[in-house]
Amino acid sequence: MSELIFELSQKDRCARAQIPFIANEKTDLPSELLRKDIPLLPETSELQVVRHFTRLSRRNFSIDTQFYPLGSCTMKYNPRGVHRVAMLDGFLNRHPLALETQSQGYLECAYELQEILKAVTGMKGVSLTPMAGAQGEFAGVAMIRAYHRARNDIARTEILVPDAAHGTNPATAAQCGFKVREIPTDAEGNVDIDALRAAVGPQTAGIMLTNPSTLGVFEQKIQEIAKIIHEAGALLYYDGANLNAILGKVRPGDMGFDVMHINLHKTFATPHGGGGPGGGPVAVSERLVPFLPMPIVTKTAEGYRWLTQDDCPQTIGRLSTFMGNAGIILRAYAYARLLGKEGMHRVAEYATLNANYLLARLKKAGFTLAYPTRRASHEFIITLKNEAKELQITALDVAKRLLDYDFHAPTMYFPLLVPECLLIEPTETESKHILDAFADVLIRILHEAKTHPELLKNAPHNLPVRRLDEVKAARELDLVYRPQTQCTIENISS
Amino acid sequence: MPFIPHTEQEVKEMLAVIGATSVDQLFDEIPASLRVKDLPPVPPQLTEMELSRLMRARAAKDVSALNFMGAGAYEHHIPAAVWDITSRGEFMTAYTPYQAEASQGTLQLLYEYQTMIASLMSLDVSNASMYDGGSSLAEAILMAARTHRKNKTHRILMPATVHPLYRDVVKTIVSQQDIEIVEVPFDLNTGKITIDALEKISKENITALVIPQPNFFGMLEDVDTLTDWAHAHQALVIGLVNPLAMALLKPPGQWGKNGADIACGEGQPLGVPLASGGPYYGFLCCKQEYVRQLPGRIVGRTVDQQGKQGFVLTLQAREQHIRRAKATSNICTNQGLLVTASTIHMSLLGPKGLRKVALACHQNGCALKEKLNTVQGVRCVFPGYFFHEILVEFKKPVETILTELAQHHIQAGFSVKKYYPELGNALLICVTETKTPNDLDQFVSQLERACLN
Amino acid sequence: MTNSVPKTLKYSKTHEWIRQDEDVVTIGITDHAQCMLGDLVYVELPHIETSLELGQECAVVESVKAAADIYCPVPGEIVEINESLFDSPQLVNEDPYGKGWLFRLRPFESTFRELLSADEYTKQVASEAH
Repeated sequence: MSELIFELSQKDRCARAQIPFIANEKTDLPSELLRKDIPLLPETSELQVVRHFTRLSRRNFSIDTQFYPLGSCTMKYNPRGVHRVAMLDGFLNRHPLALETQSQGYLECAYELQEILKAVTGMKGVSLTPMAGAQGEFAGVAMIRAYHRARNDIARTEILVPDAAHGTNPATAAQCGFKVREIPTDAEGNVDIDALRAAVGPQTAGIMLTNPSTLGVFEQKIQEIAKIIHEAGALLYYDGANLNAILGKVRPGDMGFDVMHINLHKTFATPHGGGGPGGGPVAVSERLVPFLPMPIVTKTAEGYRWLTQDDCPQTIGRLSTFMGNAGIILRAYAYARLLGKEGMHRVAEYATLNANYLLARLKKAGFTLAYPTRRASHEFIITLKNEAKELQITALDVAKRLLDYDFHAPTMYFPLLVPECLLIEPTETESKHILDAFADVLIRILHEAKTHPELLKNAPHNLPVRRLDEVKAARELDLVYRPQTQCTIENISS
Repeated sequence: MPFIPHTEQEVKEMLAVIGATSVDQLFDEIPASLRVKDLPPVPPQLTEMELSRLMRARAAKDVSALNFMGAGAYEHHIPAAVWDITSRGEFMTAYTPYQAEASQGTLQLLYEYQTMIASLMSLDVSNASMYDGGSSLAEAILMAARTHRKNKTHRILMPATVHPLYRDVVKTIVSQQDIEIVEVPFDLNTGKITIDALEKISKENITALVIPQPNFFGMLEDVDTLTDWAHAHQALVIGLVNPLAMALLKPPGQWGKNGADIACGEGQPLGVPLASGGPYYGFLCCKQEYVRQLPGRIVGRTVDQQGKQGFVLTLQAREQHIRRAKATSNICTNQGLLVTASTIHMSLLGPKGLRKVALACHQNGCALKEKLNTVQGVRCVFPGYFFHEILVEFKKPVETILTELAQHHIQAGFSVKKYYPELGNALLICVTETKTPNDLDQFVSQLERACLN
Repeated sequence: MTNSVPKTLKYSKTHEWIRQDEDVVTIGITDHAQCMLGDLVYVELPHIETSLELGQECAVVESVKAAADIYCPVPGEIVEINESLFDSPQLVNEDPYGKGWLFRLRPFESTFRELLSADEYTKQVASEAH
């Protein structure tokens, strides 16, 4: 039964305990400023609401309930203790614009997270304000733009992006007014250095890379790439989506990157929330420090305070109305304190161990690896192009069948370069037990593909709905519920 | 190590299957010169018990008793059920609903949210959220620029009565493209913008007019006249509104003869705690004809193979993961969990309950204004209709007022000096349904004391 | 599955087909292109009287998983667009060379540069498959 909450509504029903008592509904406001109709919100009892949304929650997959090997998403355990401390009264009810004297608790946590992020990235400055990875990317590219303009170098109109890059990279570059030029990847999964050399010039503002790349392999010539870019007077941007692969092992600052963002909802285990919120702090090398987005926390002899536009006149400005996703910042800080120095070193180790183990098991079982000569980083790609040709089943079919076995599917069809691919990232918080179970299920599904392909083609079978018609959804847009009967306009004052 | 389940024995077995002798060997593709040896500034690890103790001590420093600050973030009663349900692992630790069949909970909830917020704005469609109010305004402006094909360059009329921090965010985001923000000054007597002020501005290439309701000072703008003026000049209207207020006040879709084209703002007042500034969420709604220019995720209803109702992300071809450089926005992660809380909140309060909350805020605002008018050394700056925020001018420096009241655990308001020097020594004071008559009396008597000292 | 490539038409490298009828040229996307895109959900067409240069982006065809730009293969002025595609974008999938035409223009020049014959186009598609 998937009734909409509006279908449970009954006129004049309400959750009485939640509605404030007011003596009368009189108001001095003139009629032309007032709303006359009733908006389409449910009229339900408190139990109806609680039951409806609790039941909805049970139609979701989640990290708490299923293994989620989504490549590039780092679906690791979201620690409960971290959630609890972020909800402590002093933090939860603190107004963002409260006086600094009343905010020392929050400011100290934010400051220390800034310092921890500097340490693990090898960078000189951090701003916690971007509210997601894409906003962090925006900040990074905007800082690159500001840097060149500050030096009167206005000919730099291009950003280089590998053809394997995540879509947010070119979208961000375009949002910042740059032209995007794609650099091809070679057969080993590395950026094509010769193509890069040919593409770089006085028009290059920067390059956006991630390392390990979206192909799941380490960009071995990164130092050479950094040299080429810097010699051309351009800057390097690091997309932090894959930081989990190298946390505590390698620092982007050491690789030569000038600016990067960190995905707190990936590497620092803050919850994904069904699509957000995230956190996309940016970290920069010395030369970009003046351009960091505001505000930033600083420490003085008298305590902690905010740095603003007045303190940093070259800042690219404010990205968030207040100071970013504060609650996410607190959770990331708490997680970093639980890991500590020792834990930081271990994240990449176990993430890489898990990925390579799963890779070995699948390779032995006959799956085709996209880059068979390379080590997996924290993730790896298998391609089903052979199975597609021989058995007429696609990566999509396999993904949907995995759902039947109570596993969330890996990332499909990304990166676009590898046909019929599945990008698999187990993360460090998963046990050998679940990795074996996952490998066994994939092997079983491959067998099904040969003997009962319709099981895949019509999957999923065991979920609240069967495979959904996305074409119909796009052709016949149904984006809001409209009640069958015409809503009569009630006069509210009656 | 925290959250890592492996035993030594298991590590041995796994390495054997991989064919490596140590975990370290798995990093042999990384040049040795890049390998980090130590991370000195990172503090040693804590247990959850130690972490709790540390954070409790820090949180205790930030507790306040009575809060009269608004300025874009508002304290309201949030029913216990809202965050109880939102904190369920199935909502909190779910991923973006790309695998629709495994995410019907989140997707149906988002469809219900889209319905509620679009209706609250009296517009046709909504997306599934933006980061916050300020960035949703920036995205609304970018959307208006994309939609308004005729203009070669774009000028956006931005009243100075729009929240100054929102205007900062817009500047940061929009200045990377060829869009000019033109400030519309406000009338110092009324705290609102006027048609006269608009008429003084050049009409060339005006793409949109932003109309806040209520505005930053809590004043109610002449939304009908302003909307009609903008449309008469071929400009789009972007309504920047407080969603709670829209349960009581005329919503953007009903402004003027043809209604506003786009509505946006901060969703925090509906079920999201102050939480030190975030996470909040931005809402973005529009008329049907602009739906393809809406950035962000959108949920649609459809059927499955057996004709059963289901929900999917739709119109994805506009988004970054498909359209890349030509996407409507670079947004990927949004504020899904906050929308979850807001949807449950709106469901619990219902349309009449929400209206009562708005009325209670308004009535408290009027009551406070009356009391403030009796205090020596205090002047309510603007006459006219307002919603739950009042700009108050003091004879004494506002910094002193704020500090003195802070000592009594009262957050008196937000000083506007830095952003509106022309308004002098003024404080923006907010009062919501959470305050009792006793609270108001206590507040006013403390203000009186502070003014006299 | 072999996609049809009518011999009477000309083709561009970017998978558009071109048919000339006296002083008007009709343009659409090939069977191969519609197959790669999947079921179309939306088509965005240029305005009438728009002048287009060779290779200029002039339309967008959108499926659930992709959105492809159409590059004008023949410089000219738009004289007609296929409005039935707004309600029925699937016509492009069902009949790409007939009812699924996209737009018509009046060319600026009498000779067309850089167009492929049916055989040349077939060869190009085959080489792309690797």
